[in-house]
Amino acid sequence: MSKIKEKFAELEAKNQKALISYIMVGFPNEKATITAVRGLVKGGADIIELGFPFSDPIADGPVIQNASTISLKKGTKISKFFSIVKKIRKETDIPLVLMTYTNILYHKGYSKFISEAKKAGIDGFILPDMSIEESKEYLKAAKSNADTIFLISPNTSNTRIQKIAKVSTGFLYLVAVYGTTGVKTGIKNYTLKAIKNVKKQTKGKTPVCIGFGISTPKDVKKYIKAGADAVIVGSAYLKLIEKTPQNKLESKITTFTKSLKKQTLL
Amino acid sequence: MKYPKNGRFGEFGGKYIPETLVPAIEELEENYLKFKDDKTFKKELDYYLKVYAGRPTPLYYAKNLSEKLGGAKIYLKREDLLHGGAHKINNTLGQALLAKKMKKKRIIAETGAGQHGVATAMACAALGMKAEVYMGYKDTIRQKLNVFRMDMLGCKVYPVYSGSKTLKDAINEAIRDWITNVETTYYLLGSAVGPHPYPVMVRDFQSVIGNEIKSQMKKINRTPDSLIACVGGGSNAIGTFYPLIDSNAEMIGVEAAGKGLKTKLHSATLSAGSKGVLHGMMTYLLQDKEGQITETHSISAGLDYPGVGPEHSYYKDTKRIKYHSATDSEVIDAFLMLTRTEGIIPALESAHAIAEAIKVARKGKKSESIVVTLSGRGDKDVEEVQNYLKRNVKD
Repeated sequence: MSKIKEKFAELEAKNQKALISYIMVGFPNEKATITAVRGLVKGGADIIELGFPFSDPIADGPVIQNASTISLKKGTKISKFFSIVKKIRKETDIPLVLMTYTNILYHKGYSKFISEAKKAGIDGFILPDMSIEESKEYLKAAKSNADTIFLISPNTSNTRIQKIAKVSTGFLYLVAVYGTTGVKTGIKNYTLKAIKNVKKQTKGKTPVCIGFGISTPKDVKKYIKAGADAVIVGSAYLKLIEKTPQNKLESKITTFTKSLKKQTLL
Repeated sequence: MKYPKNGRFGEFGGKYIPETLVPAIEELEENYLKFKDDKTFKKELDYYLKVYAGRPTPLYYAKNLSEKLGGAKIYLKREDLLHGGAHKINNTLGQALLAKKMKKKRIIAETGAGQHGVATAMACAALGMKAEVYMGYKDTIRQKLNVFRMDMLGCKVYPVYSGSKTLKDAINEAIRDWITNVETTYYLLGSAVGPHPYPVMVRDFQSVIGNEIKSQMKKINRTPDSLIACVGGGSNAIGTFYPLIDSNAEMIGVEAAGKGLKTKLHSATLSAGSKGVLHGMMTYLLQDKEGQITETHSISAGLDYPGVGPEHSYYKDTKRIKYHSATDSEVIDAFLMLTRTEGIIPALESAHAIAEAIKVARKGKKSESIVVTLSGRGDKDVEEVQNYLKRNVKD
């Protein structure tokens, strides 16, 4: 059983839903990443999503775009990323998911990238521009080695939801709104409906996690109440990291994470 | 390749897109397949191409230039004479008409040099629709004339400040807009790039260029020995080459070598790039060792792009089409030579094709004929050329 699956099973036994926290590696530097991860773990995050920067992040809003640019300017490389993951792994065995864009894996070679990432301590992958139609090679490379997490949108048809659920392991990433990451549009009715529908279509076999634009404990509460198995918070963390001095970063992240995690206890 | 199976030209192409766009792309393909051979649609499009855009465009024998070079005969396919001043209108009329059939109310587009933005604004105005255009901030400065034109055509222009502030970033921002407004919006992509079905659809709309060349050459009892066109994303080139792909003509796509292929300051994707995934397609890209897309340079904003249409990548690998490049300096020379010998001011993009034609013609026999697609006119570029000449003293 994968680490991500184990985590969801463990939470279910405790009658909890999951908090998935996203940060961009190397934003604004390596030290901040390591410190932020400590805060996330202390605050009770269940899974950590680590963003690896790409020059052209088409699915991301201004906050993650900016973080990507800064991280790249600071010299974040794949080898550096893996070494940071290894450092994190010395401190915690929390499930780690890598979020980046297809070209980063494609360019290095899916197999090579995935096996190196796995060795460093990555448990799963999210590629927002990887459609199931183009995923054959990627899936083959990840097979039994790492979880491949695919996205579903509120406008995805039921037949397609079934197809995506078939290849998505670990969890399903339901995009909350039409739009890019981090844009606050308020909680929409169509999103609440989509949560219920995806749960119904997948018959609870794969956890349904919701992300994009979720930033407050109030948001978390509402989505959990609507039936989501987890909420994913990203841009809100990056904003916090940006404005917090290094010496207060760990405690600030811990406090914020606790406030979010509290809403996932049923 | 008539219609690419699974959206692939060989291994190139595909649709690497965020899930939110999947229904929109499926709807687009469905409608494109429904209308592309529909008699009424074709008739309507032909009408606009003829009486609005000014087709067919002439095939002009550049006698002065050919004689000056003393080799093969150069024929210019005068896409620069089209309404708006470039080949872009062939595609925008086609897609805007399709968008109208699909009952889309809002049209968005990206633009590099501004020619596609202007052509989108014009086609939308003609068909009673509104357009909004994303343009890299750097391009809004160096092609400001086209920004004014779009303004006057009632089209909103959004400068894009992210990344290299050029065409690549304008496409990123247009895709983000499309993801956000997917239910109401039609994305009118300007080159033969992006996720399937855009590359094949744009090629088909631009194939009017090659089809006319075919019949115009036949009329003067000639067959082209060489076909030459510039390649950024590659829409005028694929429109020129594709209808003649089964002929014996040599085909040369000309990329922007900027300050030279060794300097990194260029946009010669096929000449110097490697395979990767960007903007929904697998194709040749300019990228670093880590798969990060690198910043490009060209004196012509329209070629300043680190990717290329997937069908070109396919023809590069199958060796059906050769891809060469021209430096900024060669382009300025070609620009001036055509302007002075023929009284035709080419767009800087098209001047890349002229630069190659000059080389090919010099080596060619007088009995041979070269057809060069003059994809656009150079009025938009005179200030840029003037600045270049001030910086680099040239005769």
